[in-house]
Amino acid sequence: MLAAALFALGLAGVLVRKDIVFMLMSIEIMLNAAGLAFVVAGSRWTQPDGQAMFFFVLTMAAAEVSVGLAMALQLYHRLKTLDVDAANRMRG
Amino acid sequence: MNAVFYVSSAVAIAATCMVITRRRAVHALLYLILSLLSIALVFFTLGAPFVAALEVIIYAGAIMVLFVFVIMMLNLGRQAAEQERHWLGPRAWIGPGILAAILFAEVSYVLARGSADAGEAIEIGPRAVGLSLFGPYLLGVELAALILLAGLVGAYHLGRRSHTPDEKGP
Repeated sequence: MLAAALFALGLAGVLVRKDIVFMLMSIEIMLNAAGLAFVVAGSRWTQPDGQAMFFFVLTMAAAEVSVGLAMALQLYHRLKTLDVDAANRMRG
Repeated sequence: MNAVFYVSSAVAIAATCMVITRRRAVHALLYLILSLLSIALVFFTLGAPFVAALEVIIYAGAIMVLFVFVIMMLNLGRQAAEQERHWLGPRAWIGPGILAAILFAEVSYVLARGSADAGEAIEIGPRAVGLSLFGPYLLGVELAALILLAGLVGAYHLGRRSHTPDEKGP
């Protein structure tokens, strides 16, 4: 239930904020909640598979946040704003 | 140990609520670090100390350093210094300070109890996780290395300052 609450909060963060840095933080929260669900399941059935899956979630989050923050920098350099609605045209 | 679990869960949810309602990115980042630390404590109470250590080192260490770095780069300018001093005034530290004090009290309670094991939850140590990772999940580990390489290349490609309009990721 904690994982569900955190996931819902992260989803709300993605939906209500327009700043791309806040959206990335909310995505981090959601990934973390998913990993928490994995670990709780692994602890419930006393298997190490849950922690292994959390390891993969962690790796994916690291790769995703590096690419996402590079995209935030690029967006700021091109458009001088962090508003994602300004980047809806994809004209490069 | 159940009380520790519930209190750190409450701290996690409160810190996450503060993350998505702050206006300044730096304040939200402080609360996000607190949320990750409290989730690490939740992992510890669930009997997963390896994952708790990974959470602290990689999430609260590496990824948060990335966020801080990008926020610093986005605030380049003449007035950035006094703006930052204004953001990180004493009032900004009160909320994170209180939550961090709760977490610290919990950690010292757990350490003072002297039992590193997690009560009724059966502890799954790093040895079992490592054996599982490099046994049946070896392909997954290789794929994780591949996605990290892809993230590195993608971040380099997007992060360099190109003045020529080239193709971009969506």
